[in-house]
Amino acid sequence: MLNIENLSATIADKQILKGLSLTINAGEIHAIMGPNGAGKSTLGYTLGGRPGYEVTGGTATLDGVDLFDLEPHERAAAGLFLGFQYPVEIPGVSFVQFLRESANAQRKARGEAPLSGGEFLKLAKEKAALLRMDMDMLKRPVNVGFSGGEKKRAEMVQMGILDPKLAILDETDSGLDIDALRICGEGINAIMRKADKAVLLITHYQRLLDYVKPDFVHVLAGGRIVRTGGPELALELEEHGYEAVAA
Amino acid sequence: MTTLPTRRDEAFRYADLAALEPLWPVSVQDIHVAAGEQGALAVILDGANDAARDIAITLEDGAEFDLRVLNAGSGYGRVAVTVTLGKAAKFHLGAAQIAGGDQTVEIVTQVTHAEPDAVSTQVVRSVLGGHATGTYLGKVAVARGAIGTDGSQSIRAMLLDRTATANARPELEIYADDVKCAHGCAVGELDPQSLFYLAQRGLPPAEAKKLMLQAFIAEAFVGAADEEALTETALKALEAML
Repeated sequence: MLNIENLSATIADKQILKGLSLTINAGEIHAIMGPNGAGKSTLGYTLGGRPGYEVTGGTATLDGVDLFDLEPHERAAAGLFLGFQYPVEIPGVSFVQFLRESANAQRKARGEAPLSGGEFLKLAKEKAALLRMDMDMLKRPVNVGFSGGEKKRAEMVQMGILDPKLAILDETDSGLDIDALRICGEGINAIMRKADKAVLLITHYQRLLDYVKPDFVHVLAGGRIVRTGGPELALELEEHGYEAVAA
Repeated sequence: MTTLPTRRDEAFRYADLAALEPLWPVSVQDIHVAAGEQGALAVILDGANDAARDIAITLEDGAEFDLRVLNAGSGYGRVAVTVTLGKAAKFHLGAAQIAGGDQTVEIVTQVTHAEPDAVSTQVVRSVLGGHATGTYLGKVAVARGAIGTDGSQSIRAMLLDRTATANARPELEIYADDVKCAHGCAVGELDPQSLFYLAQRGLPPAEAKKLMLQAFIAEAFVGAADEEALTETALKALEAML
């Protein structure tokens, strides 16, 4: 599904990714772990197309489509969802309006019929309930006044509504208390653990992986993947630290 | 004033004088609200032609007036407002300006608190693209003895292109003690982080900008009797520009 080959990327002329390769097949959940500054978030932003993140080499395709040929909104319509580590607050714009317009913009780009107001609300209610989120919160401006945990749950509600093929979740577990961590973990499983979908979890800690069991764990250090293993690798990292394992 | 003003006239410093000439002299629309009464007016400039309005509002003691302005035509648009407030009168202006191309749009206000305890609030939001110029010149004058005055001006402009110009000059002239006057003024651009967030969810750039600008403009129309109509007309103007 996602095929990254020899990817290099810079931010403000600083080389962050240095020849990263990674293949994720449909039905798989991968976790990328690594020390601060290794390039984990850069990988997510580069694939999402955030301005300022420049690809200097390599390729990335999603189901054969070259991601770097597409604008950020086209990548979303192609099925890429990026869960933000720090979801942005947008005063004055309600979640419901923004999400309905986003969902319908994606559907339009894919040649599908738009969701009616009623259809959209039904879908939003269902996904909000999955994340134990009060529908009233989605009537409020995007992320404004939300706690850290509420923002992360709102990201998962958005993922549920937009129904992507591939979700890259950047430190979804940071800022979550124990209950919210479980709710988010169960949400990810319910929405994305499917034969035709895939997930890339970017995380520092094992704890999210207790709920969302990865098929593969990668260690990212110095801008490339230095080790790949099964779920046991995350436990090894937790016990011995990145330095010992990545060396 | 029957002769065409020049740029030396402070109130016309940024005006498009060539466009103003055929409209000159602009007749003054007088509005008088009797003591304790309430009035409201929505001025919508959304035509293809150049337009200039001059409105003089007198509020007697305890009178209230709610003025909304949408300055979003495709030519030169000027709205001048002169307000005199009696004792404990209330005046609110909520205005939005939307301009692109080589357009000039401007709102010029003079609000005089002639007696004690009157309240005036002004909220002006401008969205400017291309080589457009958007101006707000606003003076709040507090007369001698007009204690307990509460006057505020909140002026913000959003530049869609670095080639657009926003002029904002909130001014206070205070001859009384014990008054409360606040003004805030900001010129900015759409937050690129927010735009990326919206794009990542699938919104094309023009849609994402429209959504954010709609929220920005909405601040001018909150609580208006014809809030919906004003917002809808503003949206059309935004769509035409993006």
